[in-house]
Amino acid sequence: MTTATAHALSEHEQKVDRAKLGMWMFLGSEVMFFTGFLAAYIALRMSDPAWPSGHGRLNWPLAAANTVVLIVSSFTMALGVNAAQRNLTQRLRLCLGATALLGLVFLVVKAIEYNDKFHHGHYPSTDLFYGTYFLLTGFHGLHVLGGVIALTITAGMANRFSSKWFAPVENVGLYWHFVDIVWIFLFPTLYLL
Amino acid sequence: MSAYEHAEHIHAPPTTFFYKYVWSTDHKVIAKQYLFTAFFFLALGGLLAMVIRWQLAYPFEPLPLIGSLLKNTFVFDSAGSVRPEGFNQLVTMHGTIMIFFVIIPILVGAFGNFLIPLHVGARDVAFPILNALSYWLFLPAGVILFASFFVHEGPAAAGWTAYPPLSDLGPAATPGSGTGQVLWLVAIFLLGFSSILGGLNFLTTIIKMRAPGLTWSRLPLVTWAQFVTAIFQTLATPVLASATVMLLSDKLLGTSLFLPAGIHLTGDEPVAATGGGHPLLWQHIFWFYSHPAVYILILPGMGIASDLIATFARKPIFGYTAMVTSLVGIMGLGFIVWGHHMFMSGMSPAVGMAFMTSTMLIALPSGVKVFNWLGTLWNSSIRFTVPMLHALSFVALFIIGGLSGIYMAATPVDIFIHDTYYIVAHFHYVVFGGTLFAVFGGLTFWFPKMFGREMNRKWGFVHWLLTFVGFNAAFFPMHFLGEAGHMRRISTPTEYDFLGHLQPMNEWISWSAFLLGAAQLIFLVNFFGSMGKGRKSEANPWKSNTLEWSTASPVPFHNFDRIPTVYRGPYEYSSSAADGRGDWAPQDAPPDGRGHPAAH
Repeated sequence: MTTATAHALSEHEQKVDRAKLGMWMFLGSEVMFFTGFLAAYIALRMSDPAWPSGHGRLNWPLAAANTVVLIVSSFTMALGVNAAQRNLTQRLRLCLGATALLGLVFLVVKAIEYNDKFHHGHYPSTDLFYGTYFLLTGFHGLHVLGGVIALTITAGMANRFSSKWFAPVENVGLYWHFVDIVWIFLFPTLYLL
Repeated sequence: MSAYEHAEHIHAPPTTFFYKYVWSTDHKVIAKQYLFTAFFFLALGGLLAMVIRWQLAYPFEPLPLIGSLLKNTFVFDSAGSVRPEGFNQLVTMHGTIMIFFVIIPILVGAFGNFLIPLHVGARDVAFPILNALSYWLFLPAGVILFASFFVHEGPAAAGWTAYPPLSDLGPAATPGSGTGQVLWLVAIFLLGFSSILGGLNFLTTIIKMRAPGLTWSRLPLVTWAQFVTAIFQTLATPVLASATVMLLSDKLLGTSLFLPAGIHLTGDEPVAATGGGHPLLWQHIFWFYSHPAVYILILPGMGIASDLIATFARKPIFGYTAMVTSLVGIMGLGFIVWGHHMFMSGMSPAVGMAFMTSTMLIALPSGVKVFNWLGTLWNSSIRFTVPMLHALSFVALFIIGGLSGIYMAATPVDIFIHDTYYIVAHFHYVVFGGTLFAVFGGLTFWFPKMFGREMNRKWGFVHWLLTFVGFNAAFFPMHFLGEAGHMRRISTPTEYDFLGHLQPMNEWISWSAFLLGAAQLIFLVNFFGSMGKGRKSEANPWKSNTLEWSTASPVPFHNFDRIPTVYRGPYEYSSSAADGRGDWAPQDAPPDGRGHPAAH
């Protein structure tokens, strides 16, 4: 029965279906990628009783502000998907652009933070605290950068989407929420604990 | 149904050389790209093994011909003899190449790509462009790994497992731990990325693109095995990616995630500035990927063997549901056994016991498979074709490799035989005796479908015979070497008095290995010769049921004239369903018999 239903879908709908499934599986593999990092982080931290608290060493108010930036960007992203569903091209472009811009703000704040650390002589090689900090936030930052690029491209294509076809918007949205969620884990782990 | 066909939008086949053979999105062409690239690496990895065996049989004697051609390189000194450090690099690259650049690309890249869309009755994989991208990430990975042979001090030397601190310390620790190891890590990272994209592509294809009527319980076991393998690829490989990134960070950014404080090589200066890391952390993360990877290396082989055995026993596979369940069971257990690689690391006995138990449990699904293969063969009239001989060899040798695996899963046994030739014997029985025989079986079986011609059966038989004899002559004695305490990865067994009496056995193994290596030339000549000159093949030369045999040989660009409708399971041989129409019933043959190839 299920296969019969699948073939009742148009070729186009099937492609959308596949693209979304592919995206979910890609996100599954991304979860495992960050799990590798986090597992290493937990193992290293648990085995060192003198591991310093991020609270005193990192600029947590700045990172908290950045957290708000990412959460708001997830909201604009959701508004974008909604706009696509309702055929509102202009609003879709605006939402995607705003999301990309917020992602960029996040990266700029991150750069300011990194710069400050370098200025004080804190590098990945300084100790394991900074090593894992730069590794985890660095790879998250690279994912944000990838998202900003994807969002910009999607915003440029906005007039091609309609309520009938907006799978790329949805997929970029899924990816963007994932990047957001990773940060929601990283922020308390690195900056507060 | 008809609405669907009207909506189907079919692209024209590409006409230019570039789109036809280089940036092709056709799964069949991509499969061949993987296959031929893997053949190159198979030859390279095999030659490395020959040099390894020369050194072990005749330590530090100049290697005739090749030694003098390649003298004063990382591997050979000015006299053309193997350097001790070069030996480590040979072993490292042999393992790395065979696992990552031969077995995985052939099983998944070549067989997966070629068979999955045909077996589900689709025109291509779900994401053809992503599929091409997977290959074009794999090829640079191969080029980077190959390039590491030519950098100063040669390729990586820390084993295919790249254990820190050796892999982490740079050339001061061993030649090849500098640039060579960095290139190794970059190559493995790219390969992992390619593997992840391939895995999610296959998963989507199998889940979403099965032809009408092709339920999960009508899927051929090859494709079931690829499905389970693709889950491993999608969920385990990213962990390898993060491991390589972390080791790269240690080497390039100066972190010390895997380096404890106070490592001294020469002099009083400790090599790691900060320390605090753990070499064991690498082992856990690496094996969390690499043990599932061991199943990536064997499961598709099991799938191939299942299809071949059913076809040539002319019987339905015994216990189809149990075969599928055991595949899934191996996958589930495969994720929780990685610690058995680390019994010697001083892990707590409780943890060791847990890993020992989970490892031994894998004997259950593996045993189910073996008995089902035997059950399929029971009372059948076996056709001893070349593919079938390889499939039967797969079962026989997998039993030996599997049993030695259970034996060494017992922690007390493992402590005794750990890092000896017993381990070398075990995994070669699984990966060569098992998987490579399945690969030869699969290649000789699907060759007509790939190239539209038949391979020479007489030379195919000679190749099988020499390979089977050479393989067992070379690898079975290694069990004895291991029990006698012969260590793995030593360049000079003669340096130890207690190994002195084993040297004749080492020489025997080496000459058997040379025979085994030479036998592969027969295969290559037969393969490439038959591609051009083989007898033209009919659509279904083996009288097999699965969908790929219902279309022409070689498979046309769009795979099927029209998307087939599936009416039955893949193994209906000698059954009442096939009544009066030969002893087989193609999956797309309607119950009333219309559309059967015999009627064409």
